[in-house]
Amino acid sequence: MKQLLTGNEAAAEAAIQAGCRYYYGYPITPQNELINYMSIRMPEVGGAFIQAESEIAAISMVHGSAAAGGRAMTSSSSPGISLKQEGISYLAGSELPCVMVNIQRGGPGLGDISASQADYFQAVKGGGHGDYHTVVLAPSSTQEMADLVYDAFDLADKYRNPVMILGDAQIGQLMEPVEFHKKPKKNLPAKSWALTGAEGRKKNVVKSFYPVKGQLEEFNAHLQKKYRTIEEHEVRYEAINTHKADVILVAYGTSARICKEVVKKSQQYKFRVGMVRPVTLWPFPKEIIRKVSERVECILTVEMSAGQMVEDVKLAVEGRCPVHFYGRTGGGVPTSLEIIKKIVEIVPDNRAANTLLQLAEVK
Amino acid sequence: MHAIYEKPQTFIDKATHFCPGCGHGIVLRLIAEILDAWGIRGKTIGLAPVGCAVLAYNYLDIDMCEAAHGRPPAVATGIKRVHPDHVVFAYQGDGDLAAIGTAEIIHAANRGENITFIFVNNAVYGMTSGQMAPTTLLRQKTVTTPSGRDPINSGHPIRVCELLAVLDGSSYLERVSLSSPENIRKTKKAIEKGFKTQMEKKGFSLIEILSPCPIYWRMDANEAMRYIDEEMTRTFPLGVVKDWEQKN
Repeated sequence: MKQLLTGNEAAAEAAIQAGCRYYYGYPITPQNELINYMSIRMPEVGGAFIQAESEIAAISMVHGSAAAGGRAMTSSSSPGISLKQEGISYLAGSELPCVMVNIQRGGPGLGDISASQADYFQAVKGGGHGDYHTVVLAPSSTQEMADLVYDAFDLADKYRNPVMILGDAQIGQLMEPVEFHKKPKKNLPAKSWALTGAEGRKKNVVKSFYPVKGQLEEFNAHLQKKYRTIEEHEVRYEAINTHKADVILVAYGTSARICKEVVKKSQQYKFRVGMVRPVTLWPFPKEIIRKVSERVECILTVEMSAGQMVEDVKLAVEGRCPVHFYGRTGGGVPTSLEIIKKIVEIVPDNRAANTLLQLAEVK
Repeated sequence: MHAIYEKPQTFIDKATHFCPGCGHGIVLRLIAEILDAWGIRGKTIGLAPVGCAVLAYNYLDIDMCEAAHGRPPAVATGIKRVHPDHVVFAYQGDGDLAAIGTAEIIHAANRGENITFIFVNNAVYGMTSGQMAPTTLLRQKTVTTPSGRDPINSGHPIRVCELLAVLDGSSYLERVSLSSPENIRKTKKAIEKGFKTQMEKKGFSLIEILSPCPIYWRMDANEAMRYIDEEMTRTFPLGVVKDWEQKN
């Protein structure tokens, strides 16, 4: 049965259905529907809900519940996610599974409360101190939010690693029909490392501290090996019309929804636009972007930022074709007309591309 | 033959990294003695702090978790929600609990978290070479208060038990010291009371332990014990500050 929910509520319900029983959060717009929903649903399923005294405390509570073997989650928006970075680094360093939702808003500083994608660097490059990665999943609809939150818990447990859902104010607050597909849990490793009391076994210690010379380097090598395995097995993306395209758009989340519209419009004309929508921002879908870069005139990355993901696109393309960027910041959302105009501007022979422009302007 | 005195099973048989005359080893041993005597090693989970006792998990043979500096009350809260029937305790120093983690301890107390806090107050930052702590006494010299703590620039020593006592969520608060065998026995009783408070689900308990740091107090061990009795207790009076069994 489909329900009409915001992305924030869909994330909360999916977490409950995925077996999350420990939620800790601090109110912040535009993710409030999530914490509000959890305050009602968690007691219904016998789980723990705490409105924490701060974002720092909330992620630390997640640290505790994850260490104790529970499925734990927190959510916030950009300024709050900045506060959580300390805890995220400790979770990564302690190899603890958990899910964190960032419903991005404009920055820097207090910024505003409108949709933004300006936390990309923070999300995919680590964010806190030390060499680590969180798996980053980017939904572009309410349904995909639900599906990815479910998968996020499995990925977190599979790799003993924090997983971040990177949405934005539109993905979080837009109401769409959503269905919760109850999927069987995958074969996940038992949490033999969890703190359950050392009755009848050797003690377990959950820590990230390796003060003896050489130990930390060894541990970091282990982490890096794990990250390479994740890069090898967990890349997800959506490729649309990439085989017949003259130009490829790369976008995720809300930006990708708008780009999809441009791709759709272009299909009736000679000038073809295709797109790659990364679903995992880390691991980044380098391989598909490298492949398409060999057969298109150029790539246009569209973001609600001043240009962040475009750096990873360029690293994947390695100069095989020009990589352009179009972005809006501070709550600005790109329109399909703006994107088409940018395409016309960047394509060397733009007669064909101009037909797209006419279509957009007539409309 | 009846053993009068022996090493607690729960205390791992290895040399600690603590400086000569430090109180941490005594407190950790008292915890181990209680866990042994009560047979609760297997259902106890401890939190290690950032600070001198960061390696507490190397000495106690129980499940333990690290926490970021100041965050043990929040991490312990997360653990306790998963295992409400286990004994969960957090071991914290004065910088951890009363400076960087002030918000976390106040709100854990305010929620009445059914957790026991072992708060070791030695009025100085030992791990980082002897800087001022939130509990450093007025006029006490530290590396960062070279002329003695001046309240105009550096504020006053924080009395944690009294601060938490005004919160309705706190149940048992007592300040003890390690300055003599008699006081060490009282400290053990207080920790036992803290664990009892938790096991009977009476809520938040905290035992503040005045503990010597002869190295960064620039004293010998005997002088450090006298300093606790004659100086520290004037700012931090010993005794029960709040007790759920004595409602008044």
